Amino acid sequence: MYRWLILLMAGLFAPTTALADIGSRLWATGGVTTIEGSAGGGLVPWALLGSYASDTEWGGTVSMSQARVDDYTLSVIGAGLNWHNRVELTVARQTLDLDTLVFTLKDSFGLEQDELNQDIFGAKVRLFGDVLYSRWGQWSAGVQYKRQRDFTVPSAIGARDDHGIDGYVSASKLFFAAIMGRNLLVNATARATRANQGGLLGFGGDRQNGYEVMAEGSAGVFLDRKWLVGMEYRQKPDNLGFAGESDWWDLFVAWVPDRRLAVTAALVNLGDIATLTDQQGLYLSLQGTF
Amino acid sequence: MTKFSAFYRSTTGPLMVLLLTLGGCQNLPSSDNSSDLYEQLGERKGIASIVEDMLYRIVEDDRINQAFKGVDVVQFHRNLTDQLCQLSGGPCTYTGRNMREVHKAMAITDTQFNAVAEDLILAMEKNGVPTSAQNRLLARIVPLYPSIRGL
Ligand code: HEM
Repeated sequence: MYRWLILLMAGLFAPTTALADIGSRLWATGGVTTIEGSAGGGLVPWALLGSYASDTEWGGTVSMSQARVDDYTLSVIGAGLNWHNRVELTVARQTLDLDTLVFTLKDSFGLEQDELNQDIFGAKVRLFGDVLYSRWGQWSAGVQYKRQRDFTVPSAIGARDDHGIDGYVSASKLFFAAIMGRNLLVNATARATRANQGGLLGFGGDRQNGYEVMAEGSAGVFLDRKWLVGMEYRQKPDNLGFAGESDWWDLFVAWVPDRRLAVTAALVNLGDIATLTDQQGLYLSLQGTF
Repeated sequence: MTKFSAFYRSTTGPLMVLLLTLGGCQNLPSSDNSSDLYEQLGERKGIASIVEDMLYRIVEDDRINQAFKGVDVVQFHRNLTDQLCQLSGGPCTYTGRNMREVHKAMAITDTQFNAVAEDLILAMEKNGVPTSAQNRLLARIVPLYPSIRGL
């Protein structure tokens, strides 16, 4: 799976001159690919739609990302299409390597499993506004349909469903020359969800089973048009009696040398995950755009 | 229910702050005064050179060059230079036509607007305009967006 992505990405950069126009929106205004496939930062979807397609264009992205925290490794591959900067369609496959949790699962539940997998299909629509040009910024609404590929572990620890739908509304705005002449990008997202750890531990639980609305946000400063540094925060539900769930946050730096490539690195703090506490580490993501 | 109200308390605060920030201020107060920007752009001479480079780019740019076919280049150059000079706080007066009127019949798309913005930014870059000055000029051009696009 990784191999074809690398090939695909290599293919994107090689024949630069032979490639048609890549989309007209200004540099880095497509955001990057989140761990759930939607355009945004690393953890939080933004109102921006992926790629650089403007209102008469098509665009697409492919990405691969990895977060390595103390006891887990999350790997994601994703792809997205953007029609006229109006509709974004995305797919992502997440694999969570359980590294340490393997022993807990074996001892407490008699389960032999070393990874959790889920697929996420996303759709996002730009409702109105433009992140750069509109007084009230850009507003979008989206859904993420998430499906576990193997429900054994989540169901053993109390999750109710192996699939779920998150819905969110998101607003993004760039303030030109806001901080020492640098542009400031602000995003706010409200998400209705039943997902445990984003869905990797299933949906709903013994402690709380219904939808709740979570607040997510981020802010970043463009040092110039190629470098964005900032932070994100994502509130999370706490549905499972088995183990508490924490909010997530990260500090990121994104490098967008041109429209074809974006590299994102972050310090992530995912808090407590399935009894293992204070999961911190590094996140790295590569995105190619066409 | 308790969960919900606890959530509500913890969330609405920061969320409201973010939303207010999003809408409340188009341009956060900038500490720089305007003639400072005019100087960083190289005064009228520097701006004229930026506009010239921008015009070369527009001619090469297939997204927009059709729209500029047959335009009186000298007049366009003078008027855009005066406009940017005035916007940047310089001692110029824009004497061209009203932005909404000029662009009305062209039904300008976002794609075209982005293309012109890109050509301007690259022209500023070529002329060595510092990032902060570029951003401050853009901040003063962006309010023209609705009239140029006819919104
Ligand atoms: C940053 C955005 C823009 C600014 C600040 C701007 C500014 C101006 C100015 C100052 C003039 C001169 C008016 C006059 O001579 O009376 C002008 C004319 C013109 N603009 Fe724009 N413009 C912008 C975007 C666009 C776009 C996106 C297009 C289309 C692709 C466009 C097409 C034209 C054309 C064709 C003329 C010449 C009209 C004529 O002389 O008959 N402009 N613009």
